[in-house]
Amino acid sequence: MGSQPRLIEVRKNVLKQNDMTARALRDQFRAAGVFVVSLVSSPGSGKTMFLEKTLTRLRQSYRVAALVGDLATENDAIRLARSQAPVKQITTGTLCHLEAAMVQHALEGWDLHNLDFLFIENVGNLVCPSSYDLGEDLRLVLISVTEGEDKPLKYPTIFNSADVAVVTKMDLASAVEFDWHSTHSNIQAVRPGMTVFKLSAKTGDGMDEYLSFLAAHLARLREPGAI
Amino acid sequence: MHELSIAMSIVEMAQEEAEERGGVQISAVHLKLGALVGVVKEALFSSYEMACQDTPLSGSRLVIEDSPVVVFCPQCQAQRALSSLQLFYCAECGTPTSEIVQGREIEVTALEIQEWAHNPV
Repeated sequence: MGSQPRLIEVRKNVLKQNDMTARALRDQFRAAGVFVVSLVSSPGSGKTMFLEKTLTRLRQSYRVAALVGDLATENDAIRLARSQAPVKQITTGTLCHLEAAMVQHALEGWDLHNLDFLFIENVGNLVCPSSYDLGEDLRLVLISVTEGEDKPLKYPTIFNSADVAVVTKMDLASAVEFDWHSTHSNIQAVRPGMTVFKLSAKTGDGMDEYLSFLAAHLARLREPGAI
Repeated sequence: MHELSIAMSIVEMAQEEAEERGGVQISAVHLKLGALVGVVKEALFSSYEMACQDTPLSGSRLVIEDSPVVVFCPQCQAQRALSSLQLFYCAECGTPTSEIVQGREIEVTALEIQEWAHNPV
C-alpha cells in the first residue's frame, strides 16, 4: 500500500486572530472617542521619559492614560505614575511584543469614555512589534540621537509600519555629532511623506509642536461625522 | 523572537484544517511570507519544528514562498516592484510611494496531505 501527496489550497491569514481582536479594539476606541497612540522604539531610546513628559503635559488639558509593555518588572509603570495619569503595566514574560489580546485584557474594567488619549508603550524592540496591529490610531516610532542616523535603514519594516517618527534626546545632538538631515532623509527613504518631529523630552524643546499635532488629531476624531 | 508564536499559530491552523478534513495526515504546510512582516525565515523554520513536537504535524515540513513588496506608484498609476526595502520608491520611475499592495501578508496557502491508496494493486 503506497501513499502520495496531494496539495489542498487553504489561504488563511496567520495573524487573523490578532487582526480580529485589533479591529474589535479599534471599534471600541472609536465608540468611546479616545485617540490611541502606540509607541515603538529600541531599548534605551528614552521611551519612558518621553511618555512621562507627554502624559504630564497633556494631562493639563486632557484625560490621559497609558499601558506599558515590558518583558519583566513594573519599573516603567512606577516611573510613569509620577505623571499622575492612570498607568497599567503589561508584563509580557518572554514575549518580545504586545499583541492585541494583551491590550484587550489590560483594558478590562476601564471606562474608555473617560479618556481623551490612551498611549500604549510597546516592548523595546524594533522588529517584532511591526506586524501586530493593536487597534491604535497612530503608531509612533521613537529614535534617539545616540542611536545612529542609519537606524531607519536597518529597521525599514517598523519604520514603514509607523505613522509618525520622533527623534528625541536632541539636547545631546551636538555631543554625539548627530546628523539631522541624514536621519530625516533615511526616514523618508523607508516611509516617504512621514511626519518627523525632533525634540528633547528632558528639556522640553520641540515638545509643543508634537503635542499640538496630537491635539489636532484628537480634534479631527471628535469632529461631527468623523469616523 | 516572535517567530515561535507565529509558528504555533501556523501549526494550530493546520491542525484545525486537518481535523475538518477527517484527521488527514499533513506532510507539509505552505506559507506565503511578505517581506514586510519582519519574520526571520531561519528562526521560523526552527520554531516550526519546535511547535510541531507532540502534535500530529510532528515531522512535517514548512515550505515558505517569499512574497516581495509591491507598491502602487502614483506616477505610473500602476503596481510596481520596490527599489529595495531601504528605498520605498517605484523601481520604474523613482517616485516615492508608501502605498503598499503586497508584502505585509503571512498566509497559510496550502497543505500537503498524504493520501493512502485504498485499493493497492
